Amino acid sequence: MELPNFIYHHLLSWMIFLPVIGMLVISVLPNAKKEAMKWVASGFTLLPLLLGIALFLNFDRQEAGLQFMEQYSWIPTFNIHYFVGADGLSVTMILLTALLSFLCIFASWNIKEGLKGYLCMFLLLEAGMMGVFCALDFFLFYVFWEVMLLPMYFLIGIWGGPKKEYAAIKFFLYTLFGSVLMLVAMLAFYFYSEPHTFSLVELSKPGTLVVKDLTLFGIALSAAAFKKMLFIFLFIGFAIKVPIFPFHTWLPLAHVEAPTPISVILAGVLLKMGTYGLLRISFPILPQETYWFSYALAIFGLINIVYGALCAMAQITLSEKKGGNDLKKLIAYSSISHMGYVILGMSVFTIEGINGAVFQMFNHGITTAMLFLLVGVIYDRVHHRKIDGFGGLGVQVPIYTGIVSLAFFASLGLPGLSSFISEALVFLGAFKVYPSITVLATLGIILNAAFFLWALQKIFLGPLNQKYINLKDVSARELFTLVPLGILVVFLGIYPMPVLDLMKQTLDQILILIQAA
Amino acid sequence: MLEKLLLIWLLPLAAFLIQVFLGKRLYRRGDWVSCGAVFTSFIFSCVLFFNMLGEHNPHFKWTTSWDWIFLPDFQLKFGLLVDTVTLSMLVVITLVSLLVHVYSIGYMAGDKLYSRYFAYLSFFTFSMVGLVLVDNLFSIYIFWELVGLASYLLIGFWFEKPSASNAAKKAFLTTRIGDIGMFLGILIIFFNTNGILEYEKLFQYVADGKFTGEFLGMSLLTVAGILLFFGAIGKSAQFPLHIWLPDAMEGPTPVSALIHAATMVAAGVYLVTRMFVFFTPDALLFIAYIGSFTALFAATMALTHNDIKKVLAYSTISQLGYMMMGLGVGAYVAGFLHLVTHAAFKASLFLCSGSVIHAAHTQDMRQMGGLKQKMPITFWATLIATLSISGVPFFSGFVSKDMLLAGALSFATENPQHALIAIFAFITAGLTAFYMFRLVFMTFFGAPKDPKVFSHAHESPLTMTLPLMILSVLSFGFIFTYNHWFEAIIQKPALLNYQSGLSVGSLKALGHAPHDASHLITVILSIALAGTGIFLSYLFYFKGVLSAKNWAHRFQSMYQTLVHLYWVDELYEWTVVRPLIRLNNFMAHFDNRVIDDRLVDGWVPLTSNTAFYSGDFDNVAIDQTLVDGTGLSIAKGGMEVRKIQTGRIQQYLILALAALCIILLILML
Repeated sequence: MELPNFIYHHLLSWMIFLPVIGMLVISVLPNAKKEAMKWVASGFTLLPLLLGIALFLNFDRQEAGLQFMEQYSWIPTFNIHYFVGADGLSVTMILLTALLSFLCIFASWNIKEGLKGYLCMFLLLEAGMMGVFCALDFFLFYVFWEVMLLPMYFLIGIWGGPKKEYAAIKFFLYTLFGSVLMLVAMLAFYFYSEPHTFSLVELSKPGTLVVKDLTLFGIALSAAAFKKMLFIFLFIGFAIKVPIFPFHTWLPLAHVEAPTPISVILAGVLLKMGTYGLLRISFPILPQETYWFSYALAIFGLINIVYGALCAMAQITLSEKKGGNDLKKLIAYSSISHMGYVILGMSVFTIEGINGAVFQMFNHGITTAMLFLLVGVIYDRVHHRKIDGFGGLGVQVPIYTGIVSLAFFASLGLPGLSSFISEALVFLGAFKVYPSITVLATLGIILNAAFFLWALQKIFLGPLNQKYINLKDVSARELFTLVPLGILVVFLGIYPMPVLDLMKQTLDQILILIQAA
Repeated sequence: MLEKLLLIWLLPLAAFLIQVFLGKRLYRRGDWVSCGAVFTSFIFSCVLFFNMLGEHNPHFKWTTSWDWIFLPDFQLKFGLLVDTVTLSMLVVITLVSLLVHVYSIGYMAGDKLYSRYFAYLSFFTFSMVGLVLVDNLFSIYIFWELVGLASYLLIGFWFEKPSASNAAKKAFLTTRIGDIGMFLGILIIFFNTNGILEYEKLFQYVADGKFTGEFLGMSLLTVAGILLFFGAIGKSAQFPLHIWLPDAMEGPTPVSALIHAATMVAAGVYLVTRMFVFFTPDALLFIAYIGSFTALFAATMALTHNDIKKVLAYSTISQLGYMMMGLGVGAYVAGFLHLVTHAAFKASLFLCSGSVIHAAHTQDMRQMGGLKQKMPITFWATLIATLSISGVPFFSGFVSKDMLLAGALSFATENPQHALIAIFAFITAGLTAFYMFRLVFMTFFGAPKDPKVFSHAHESPLTMTLPLMILSVLSFGFIFTYNHWFEAIIQKPALLNYQSGLSVGSLKALGHAPHDASHLITVILSIALAGTGIFLSYLFYFKGVLSAKNWAHRFQSMYQTLVHLYWVDELYEWTVVRPLIRLNNFMAHFDNRVIDDRLVDGWVPLTSNTAFYSGDFDNVAIDQTLVDGTGLSIAKGGMEVRKIQTGRIQQYLILALAALCIILLILML
């Protein structure tokens, strides 16, 4: 595809700022023009998606370094740059963001109240997410990170469910707490680098970051200890986003309260920012500390896998009064379990492990997006999410049943579907390094199968619940949001190379960096 | 070769896709699509098979492979391996599948999900063919799971019945437990060989003595072998993971014939056959013990059941145990031959039972009786298959079972400390004859127990009886003994040096062919045992000289144990399922009350107090207080805005932009 130069040379910037332009366009439209607003929003999310396809087609698979870079001085006093670029690590995330944002506009079609505000917030959110994945200047990264937080807060707090205020505040404060720790690390990086820089590229070069011994609150810290502290600060900041146990409790709440498309974005894109941050910032800048922390990281991965799966299953076995019986919560906890594979995969520094981890980020983005969209479909019709409250829907809504089954089986890692490849790669890579942890982690395989099949049975199998004899199957608009994801799940399960090809060189590079340290 | 293989393999997949998306709208709801696909697959399988047979070359081999996943320093290939075992399996799979397809046209006529049923059958055929075609452990694991999926879908086909959906779930989860073992075995192999998963290369690697390492005093090779075998335990319903197969009878009967008798459950046997040279003597001994114990264990459970399909299900478990036992004692050809003969006569038995159920509308043998006159074709087919499974001379079961028992006997004579394996196997032979004739007598002979059932009964249509006739012919012994063609193409692979008994000095005869003497003894013994079984069955269920009721009464505790299937299901319920549910609930409680309420929300008062009451905007505190405080006031502000101005969206936008500016400003300080 031939793109005009002014687009091609600023591809990422266009992808980041097109949604902002869309936001401005919508904000000047009259309130009554609801349809027009929706189409404008879909247009301004479609354009980044098309550019994403151009990015996919023009991306050099053999190049481990950064591509499509743009760098302009922003705040010269502090050596802060507007610096964006894409490499194998970020390109999959950029594509995922573009795809899910576009589809989510269609999942938002039924939003009635405050549509204009909603769409504006949504587009701002997309800009923030794109920015986070494209930014190569830590300061810029931080700004986008915060930009993203804000619309998310409003989207949950205003368009959410019954406990939306509590959920939104909790989400906001929790993430903010992480941001603060990240800020400390960022400033430390800046002041201890020679020359002072926020550039992630510069900071990743060995020798740029020179930490000296220092005294903090009267406590003498060796340089090594201080670097470990910085790693932990960053780790907590990112762990909250992933979320890693025990920083995860905002997630089920936020998911349950958020409107469907926002849950999709939250689980599909935002969670990946945690692991992306670790790989983009912590790993290359603090390779020794990463190595030092790797065993703990693997343990965290294991805990996530098993703990998330057990909590997900509790949604079936526990009554509603005791906080169970919620389909959305089940999926939220399953996300915790599935992100555990990502953590485990990146903790072992093997080529299979790290590729599996990043591929799992992508796959989880697709499958969990499907899952939340599907919950939204049924919630729109029956206005509840009680796992016990359905029964026998398989007869009534066969297409919906088929798509849910596909999504469930993809999530439980059925071979032939994409998540299997990434999970298998993680296991293959992790077993070499931590065999016992890996053996325990395989428990996740069986637990995931158990609760997904159990939920499938409770909702779709058995005799039809007579309340739902008039239930309608998925509409064309809903199919439009689900089918592309379904196709990806199947296609990448059979032939995963198109995505693995994008990332493999860059990830190899990251491994070399850490192994050198 | 490749084109034919791809046709055999992918036509059923194409049929599946067509059926899923267009099935309902097609003429006859598309049954001809699936049938046509599997028929073509069968024809091409036969072409390949007979070509190979004509060459008389037991070492026939054809391979090809493609790059699949390749990363720096890592690659997984996708390859196909075709040898005599593969081709035999292809014929078995496509033939039984074809017959089941045809049979299903009659059996499933009028079902509201008719086209979906055929879609699933096609999907199964595709997966099963894939399973036997691939050349490496990673790929076989993929198809291993896919046949499991097909099984799940077909067991739960009548999903409106809670028992069917329960059975489907149970089957998938139970087999998946075994699959985890298999997966761990693959991980160990992958790690130890640095990425070699292709069968042939792996065997070479092991033969070169490069596969080293120990775990808990066992060689890692043994551990890997036993773990791989766990997959087979699950899939082939061996003890202790046998519990899913009887429940799987909830599926439509033709499905039971195809998946749960002839092909998928034999995948475990296929795996052991395929990986035979990989197993150490210790691992093979483990397999032999599991196999022979399962054979006996399941045979005893078949004695007391009255559900015609469940009796056959236990019988299948038992026969699969036989095959495992055979492979375990080194009777490789016998184990594989029994897979093939069993596929024919057991498929026949299931299809016969389907025919009976179709006619009688019940599965309870106590309500049947006297159906011989009403359903002559079904009766004769059942009788032939029963004679075959009971090991009566001139029938196929006799041929393979005799070889198995001879293998077991010669193993026992050389390793008297493991005589139990052979003893179990011989007892099983007698029990098999007994319970199978019990089934025939109760169903077809005697006076009709239930006049209503009897009067409704009728012979099934030709689409259903034709497959029975074909399978009956295949249950005769000469099919497999003619010109010794089977032994000519299937030969025990040359044992690797570590397998000839070096690592465990006590184990002998793995590599030996059974002695002639043990053959003779076996023939005499097995005929005698089968005869006794049949005779006792005759006395109990035909003549009524002996009363089953009285015997059940006399051996009450034993009878109860059998009726309750040794309480294995209950045991799992109490030791696995319930504790797991309790653990879930505890975790959820812990998550809500401890982590969330205490650890997380416990901080809120402290943080917010700091944020609100600290007026200290000093530089030292810039990080913690300022940013956190700002966040909170924005949060607070957002709430206020929401309360006062709900609906006035312009305000949100302005607020958002303002907040953005504030954050940027703060950061630029």
